[in-house]
Amino acid sequence: MTNLLNSILVIVLMLNLFALGTIRIVSVIRTVAIQGALLGLLPLLLHERFSPVIALTVVTSIALKGIAIPGMMIRALRDVKIKREVEPLIGLQTSVILGALGTVFALLFADRLPLAAHHTGALIVPAAIATVLVGFILLITRFKAISQVMGYLVLENGIFIFGMLLVEAMPFVVEMGVLLDLFVGIFVICIIVNQINQAFSSTDTRRLISLKE
Amino acid sequence: MNGLLILLIAIAAMGFSGVPACLLPARSATGQRIATALMAIGSVLGLAVVAAILAGHAAPSLNVMWGLPQSRFAVAVDPLSALFLLPVFIVPMLGSVYGLGYWKQSEHPANGCRVGLAYGLLAGAMALVVIARDGLLFLLAWEVMAIAAYFAAAAEDDKTEVRKAGWIYLIATHIGTLCLFAMFSCWRHATGSFLLETGHAFTAVMSSSVFVLALIGFGFKAGLMPLHVWLPGAHANAPSHVSAVMSGVMLKMGVYGIVRMTALLPVSELWWGTLVLAVGGITSVAGIAFAMGQRDLKRLLAYSSIENIGIIALGVGLALIGRSQGHAEWVLLGLGGALLHVWNHSLFKSLLFFNAGAIIHAAGTREIDRMGGLAKRLPRVMALFAVGAVAICALPPLNGFVSEWLLYLGLFRTVGLGAETGTPAGAFAAAALAMTGALAAACFVKVLGAVFLGAPRSEAGNHAHEPPATMLAPMAVLACGCAGLGLFPLAAAPLLESAVRTWSPQAAGAGTLAAVVPLERLTVAGLTLAVFAGAVTLILKMTLRQQTVRAGLTWDCGYARPTGRMQYTGSSLGDALVALTALLLWPRKFRTSLHGLFPRPSSFKSLVSDTVLDRLVMPVFHAVGQRLPRLRVLQQGQTHVYVLYILIAMIVLLVWCGMGS
Repeated sequence: MTNLLNSILVIVLMLNLFALGTIRIVSVIRTVAIQGALLGLLPLLLHERFSPVIALTVVTSIALKGIAIPGMMIRALRDVKIKREVEPLIGLQTSVILGALGTVFALLFADRLPLAAHHTGALIVPAAIATVLVGFILLITRFKAISQVMGYLVLENGIFIFGMLLVEAMPFVVEMGVLLDLFVGIFVICIIVNQINQAFSSTDTRRLISLKE
Repeated sequence: MNGLLILLIAIAAMGFSGVPACLLPARSATGQRIATALMAIGSVLGLAVVAAILAGHAAPSLNVMWGLPQSRFAVAVDPLSALFLLPVFIVPMLGSVYGLGYWKQSEHPANGCRVGLAYGLLAGAMALVVIARDGLLFLLAWEVMAIAAYFAAAAEDDKTEVRKAGWIYLIATHIGTLCLFAMFSCWRHATGSFLLETGHAFTAVMSSSVFVLALIGFGFKAGLMPLHVWLPGAHANAPSHVSAVMSGVMLKMGVYGIVRMTALLPVSELWWGTLVLAVGGITSVAGIAFAMGQRDLKRLLAYSSIENIGIIALGVGLALIGRSQGHAEWVLLGLGGALLHVWNHSLFKSLLFFNAGAIIHAAGTREIDRMGGLAKRLPRVMALFAVGAVAICALPPLNGFVSEWLLYLGLFRTVGLGAETGTPAGAFAAAALAMTGALAAACFVKVLGAVFLGAPRSEAGNHAHEPPATMLAPMAVLACGCAGLGLFPLAAAPLLESAVRTWSPQAAGAGTLAAVVPLERLTVAGLTLAVFAGAVTLILKMTLRQQTVRAGLTWDCGYARPTGRMQYTGSSLGDALVALTALLLWPRKFRTSLHGLFPRPSSFKSLVSDTVLDRLVMPVFHAVGQRLPRLRVLQQGQTHVYVLYILIAMIVLLVWCGMGS
């Protein structure tokens, strides 16, 4: 079981780097969608016994993260009619290198953490930290509002991986609540992106500086 | 438990009394009536519980988890809480009734609902502050109280000065709350929990730092000098019933905090009491000196509140000295006097602020020097104001006299008669109290004279009319309270004694208040004085009726065409005393000089501004404000950079924690 889990997490880590390195926004959206869908499978692997509740969790999170949210993003992208490149602050190669460094840091750091015995073999903690870091890098280095939303989603994926540690302790309601929050959050952001575009004729968040006091 | 449930229901009824009005149309009077009814229900329920506790029922308490980490919903009512609950349940309810006539929803559609909502929240939060026994719960209630007071006081936020006063209040209250954060952190560090219970062991340094932080944090709310800077502006610019609650009750929450924290701490050091005594002395004398120099009626009353808080602090200081030195009588007289003064001040200051509202409404201005001659047009207001003024000047037979008398007696004992050892601070404090009393009398003579006597100085004064019954009735109730407490102080003695014993069990050594001071003689003397005064009035009226009365101009002075503006003003009356305290007040005078045989029109203006605020706080804030914009570099306005800050903070924390493990 741990092998399968670790393979999925390694794919997730690679998707992180791919999201950092690709230039087309649509590819970033698809990458993050695949990542979300893969992560949605995790509860199946971690739970000892299969139950309808778990099935519901898996189905909902795959439907939301793999289909609904990317769908919304792509529609928003089409609506605001912007150039389809991500426009990073630093070069794509540099951000990939930064992401790789972050992943290495996460692996080294997780070794030092005092974890419970049954968590030491799996890559859950380093993958979570690495994904959160990549999410931050995306948030910081991308200027377009939509690509920043992708950073936010990757960040959330990292937190989701971390939540897998608590999978026995976390009630179903909490997971559903988190998913609902995420969905509503993205929904609102898509609307805001449209508004930013109308108000500033661009989705470049650097323009928001004019709102400063 | 049952009593506590009723109490919590009462607090909820008061706290949410303003909600129904928000759902009704902006000009509808129904909402305001519902709010007043809810306030009355809450007040009656709360008073019933307090009365049951006073009658000897077991003091209720509750301590349950409520979901906040590190915190419990711990509330309890002991005699000390009960004592502070009484004004909380009485004054806001009366203010709400007063508001029916004073702040009519139909006349204030823009802010009526907001004032009602904040007013109710303020009352409910104050009750919760008094019964909270958990640090976090206390801070929550404290913050709700502070914010609600801000929204209630800044009702007319379309005026610049109201906004400015509101800002100063908000800054001051939050600096105070910051000190309280530090205080409760120290408390938790020393005791291991946020529960406010006695019996913990403290190191001297820890207990002293908790005490000093409490004195500063609560001192901001109470208005101890020099932490009073927010007080005059906020009180002057708030609607009068809100000023009454802020001054009459909310300032006492600061006093409650100091009294409660000193009850919980082991008091062993003499300098605590000496410090409080010194602060109290400065506050009372400086407070009334500033009051003397004011021209705005409500600012004057606000400074007089500062003075009264100073008097209360004198009592607390005396009690602290008594506790550290092991003198039970000092504790009983000091804290007994202070707590009685808490009640007294909440009665007569609310009365005076209610009066001020009626006067300002009638005269159309807050400037004392533009009023005058209101005695003929507002005789009932004049009578009620006179009751409040006599009470606040601590003249017999009203209540102010009783509490200050207890303080005098306590302070005299510290001088050290016979074999007893004394403390020199007490003698200075007694002198300060005496000076305060004299200045207060002068100050209220000025107000009464300038506002009510003589002829009207403005056109609006000629058309002034009595306020409606909804405004007069609450004032009458408060005036009766002043007279009742003044004439029958023995009735209040048992609660005062048990509250003092809650504060310091060793005070039981001094016995009852009646055993230490002859309170029953006050009743006899007060009644005699009242009968005598009544008889003199009656005789005067009889003689007047037999003689013919000729009506003429007041202040005629032999001029051919006297006008109202030729009278002595309040400022000219107070000028000599302001000049005496010029070192403290720094009064400013602007005049144009007269030249030649036919001089041009000339003008004169004098101004007493707040020395601490205008000469110390504002310059410092401006200087800081000019230096700090360099920090704006950090505030980029770019979301990326902000996220970068979060990332840096997170990595630093991770590394730090990683090194720790």
